[in-house]
Amino acid sequence: MKILAIDTSTYTLSIGLADGDVLLAEQVTNVKKNHSVRVMPAIQSLMNDVEIKPDELEKIIVANGPGSYTGVRIGVTIAKTLAWTLNIPVAAVSGLASLAASAPVIDGLVCPIFDARRGQVFTGLYRLSNGTVETVFEDRNVLVTDWCKELLRQKETILFVGQESILHEKTIAEQMGESAVFAGKAVPYTRPAALLTLGKETENDPAAVVPNYARLAEAEAKWLEAKEKKENGRE
Amino acid sequence: MKKDTYIFGIETSCDETAAAIIKNGTEIVSSVVSSQIESHKRFGGVVPEIASRHHVEQIISVLNETLEQAGLTFSDMNAIAVTKGPGLVGALLIGVNAAKAIAFAHNLPLIGVHHIAGHIYANRLVKEMTFPLLSLVVSGGHTELVYMKEHGLFKVIGETRDDAAGEAYDKVARTLHLPYPGGPHIDRLAAEGQDIYGLPRVRLEEGSYDFSFSGLKSAVINTVHNAEQRGEIIIPENLAASFQASVVEVLTEKTVRAAKEYNVKQVLLSGGVAANKGLRAALEKAFDDLNNIDLVIPPLSLCTDNAAMIAAAGTVLYEQGKRDGMDMNGHPGLDIEQF
Ligand SMILES: [Zn+2]
Repeated sequence: MKILAIDTSTYTLSIGLADGDVLLAEQVTNVKKNHSVRVMPAIQSLMNDVEIKPDELEKIIVANGPGSYTGVRIGVTIAKTLAWTLNIPVAAVSGLASLAASAPVIDGLVCPIFDARRGQVFTGLYRLSNGTVETVFEDRNVLVTDWCKELLRQKETILFVGQESILHEKTIAEQMGESAVFAGKAVPYTRPAALLTLGKETENDPAAVVPNYARLAEAEAKWLEAKEKKENGRE
Repeated sequence: MKKDTYIFGIETSCDETAAAIIKNGTEIVSSVVSSQIESHKRFGGVVPEIASRHHVEQIISVLNETLEQAGLTFSDMNAIAVTKGPGLVGALLIGVNAAKAIAFAHNLPLIGVHHIAGHIYANRLVKEMTFPLLSLVVSGGHTELVYMKEHGLFKVIGETRDDAAGEAYDKVARTLHLPYPGGPHIDRLAAEGQDIYGLPRVRLEEGSYDFSFSGLKSAVINTVHNAEQRGEIIIPENLAASFQASVVEVLTEKTVRAAKEYNVKQVLLSGGVAANKGLRAALEKAFDDLNNIDLVIPPLSLCTDNAAMIAAAGTVLYEQGKRDGMDMNGHPGLDIEQF
């Protein structure tokens, strides 16, 4: 079973290829460059290198967010179109879960962080144990300070991962003290192998795979706010 | 016998998710357009982020329906053509990346198409082009006079210096409290009104084929404002008729003048505003007397954004050997003379 995994939900570009349980290739570039220009050439050259032809693919795994809106859409569009046109299944997995699963943790709570600006993060909480990944708190867009309060209730040590978690280390350390451990530098981004593992059991219909933005479009949020104000004003 | 050429086209530059299959550059085999207009209405215009979200949700069902309607598969196609610009960059990227995925999966040539070239080539689905020709392109984002000496060669001889005609329509519609999109509402009201408000005709300097609509738009706003201050009532039908008369007169006059100066055989009306009845009627009347110039106006469904026009333009580029690589990007400000 030849599988292609793609993650373009942050500026890191992660591509992986596997044959069943055998990891054939991983490619990660961690530079701020245009995904739209680079993803397909990268997939093409990596597949060429390990001698897999497009029509030999049997499954596509993609990180469907949260993260950069445009980045997520590029990955999802390529994955669902490839899967649809090759008539193979696609598996949409959380980019945050994949980042958490990239941590070399045997047993424990892992909190992946993508920066979402203005003191906010895209994050979730995952329990890693013996190679399985269990969702403790669903992915969300939240203020770091509010998030720390929730995490403290776990009364357990939590490992923070992802290069953008470094931006929030000081705040998290202040809020959580000893309960927070940081591995932003050691686990900077999602390893393609983690995507391949996470998506193993999932099969989605390509047409139905959509990004998880974890946040409304700005215009939509403003529109809802204005509508609410208007309705409250009437009462 | 020459084998038939089938081109699969994709268009996602604004708020329509569209795909189509064109045979030999002239015949529509299938064409599917999924419009998002309802989603953008409440915002009074197209919101780029919302448009991108819809494209990624709709793309597969649109692609699928296009193949199903045609009863064909990608193995029947010669190439994949896709709009690479101009347009909303986030929206363009959905079509561009879907096109790349298909081209990669089936080892098909990939061809990036200029959106306005597409609008012009919509005409070829109605009638074969005869060169040299002139196309008046009017849409929400464009007002241009494009001269073509031959297939695939575009020269912009006039363009708007500020607002596009379609933009002016939307702004005037808002002033008159008409729903979005405003163009069809103004066109409808104008048909019932009289040109009595004496709005300006902006022709710019002698001999120029450029356009300017921001002064006209301001004149409309001032007319409404002044009437309000004097406690007078504006007749929307008459204001719409006055505005439309100014736009149509300038567009028609410049098109006729350019057609004569460049000695063209054909004049093609292209773009969303080509759906405007007032403009169609004025052009038909003006070219009625010029019987050596053939005026082509496509049906409404081919004037607004669609992928049939992209595949039609893509066919010509395919035959000319133009190809794009897997590193093709979306270009929000793509130049029609350069692409
Ligand atoms: Zn258009």
